[in-house]
Amino acid sequence: MLSTNVKRVIRAGFFNFVRNGFVSLSSMFVMVVTLSVLGALIFSSAILNTTLNELRDKVDLNVYFVTNAPEKDILALKQTLSTLPEVETVAYVTREQALADFKARHETDQLTLQALSELDDNPLGAVLNVKTKEPSQYEGVAEYLQGKNILGSSGTAIVDKVNYYQNKTAIDKLSNIINSSKKLGFILTIVLVIVSVLITFNTIRLVIFVSKEEISVMRLVGASNFYVRGPFVITGILYGVISGIITLALLYPVTFWLGNYTETFFIGFNLFDYYTSNFGHLFLVIVGSGIVIGAVSSFLAVRKYLRS
Amino acid sequence: MIHFDKVSKIYSDKTVALDNITFKIDPGEFISIVGHSGAGKTTLTKMLMAEEKPTKGKVFLESVNIHALPRKHINEYRRRIGVVFQDFRLLSGKTVFENIAYAMEVAGREDKDVQSDVPYVLKLVDLEKKMWNYPHELSGGEKQRVAIARAIVNQPDIIIADEPTGNLDPINTYDIVQILKKINDLGTIIILTTHNKGVVDSIKRRVITLDRGKIVRDDPQGNYVL
Repeated sequence: MLSTNVKRVIRAGFFNFVRNGFVSLSSMFVMVVTLSVLGALIFSSAILNTTLNELRDKVDLNVYFVTNAPEKDILALKQTLSTLPEVETVAYVTREQALADFKARHETDQLTLQALSELDDNPLGAVLNVKTKEPSQYEGVAEYLQGKNILGSSGTAIVDKVNYYQNKTAIDKLSNIINSSKKLGFILTIVLVIVSVLITFNTIRLVIFVSKEEISVMRLVGASNFYVRGPFVITGILYGVISGIITLALLYPVTFWLGNYTETFFIGFNLFDYYTSNFGHLFLVIVGSGIVIGAVSSFLAVRKYLRS
Repeated sequence: MIHFDKVSKIYSDKTVALDNITFKIDPGEFISIVGHSGAGKTTLTKMLMAEEKPTKGKVFLESVNIHALPRKHINEYRRRIGVVFQDFRLLSGKTVFENIAYAMEVAGREDKDVQSDVPYVLKLVDLEKKMWNYPHELSGGEKQRVAIARAIVNQPDIIIADEPTGNLDPINTYDIVQILKKINDLGTIIILTTHNKGVVDSIKRRVITLDRGKIVRDDPQGNYVL
């Protein structure tokens, strides 16, 4: 019996959808706009995250060693730093590597290179490049290094300087920017989602308002609430599914077109690649939201006429 | 079968629609309820359909107080009553067939019953050729015959016809009354409210006359007298 009822409700929902073609079309138009806003929000949050990650990647903390620091002491310190929970990576740059890097950086500057060749020994010390998981954690690592007052096995200080304090303002500013843009993005997302959901909800409510006479007739012939409401909810779900698919189809050419622009503008983030590689996820979110918005709006809108 | 027991209905603006009404309807009766506009005819039918609750008094079907029924049972109760309105109230998005099938489906009837009974009732009202038309493609008389087909398809105990001929010409009016009489001959109670003197006089059955919410006449074989 239940399956017969469900079958009948689904069939009625389909008929509603097809026969009220114009009404269906206008509801879906509004829903496509809503779901496109949702899609745009997903894309902008992906862009924001990639950009912030790129920026964060550019920041590190350098520990400069004195030129005569023994390598095994440096490696021991590297080992200790790697065990700290907030540290993500520690890269060791040897004295020779530091010199080679320096020469490469100044290869057009003959004067500097000449001055360098005048010296008997390599004037540069080895360096440890430390990256933490969050920019805010650099301070802790710097303090740790400062407080430890690192001595080599021979009892002399091996660390020349830690460059955190020179970079402190830049790092702090970046942490602030990252945190506030995340917060702002979140608030903006919530507001836009609420606004567009409300618009869709009102559109569907209007559509059902037109059917209020029909609902009263359905009740008079003895239809249960399930029977009255079911077809409207099914129609709402259909609006959601089809609008979701239309939205995804529209996003294909849009992201394709924007792909190259975003790649040059946002440090290697290609919107089109993001769209194709996350298609499954996007499909679930956009079509899923469409279904939920359609079903819940219809459910609530009909409820009003079932009360009395 | 149906018993109105000292029923009054006073609306929120203090209009008295029904004033201490008591009467009984027996199985197989054909009752015409007549009266001026505002006499309380529509309130009375709405009360029978559990659309309105009495301010005082009770309405019984058999021994059940219909206004004390829980929601779920009200739907079941309504399936025992067929309703026909002056403005037809068909579902505009459904074909003639589907309008009638809908009433069967909500009553939980099997698909095979739907397939066999809908054409059968449409034949009774002589509309089998318009089965796949939409209501807007039908004339007033045809719409009303669809409404009657819908009302009888679940073989209800009672048919309430609220001014069913109000929008129809004399020939269609005559047809509708003949159909109602035929249904009554099969044992269904018919409760007809109307303004049409000709209709009431031609039926020659019980007539209840309402005036300002009170029953002023109740003739077993009455005429339309106001």
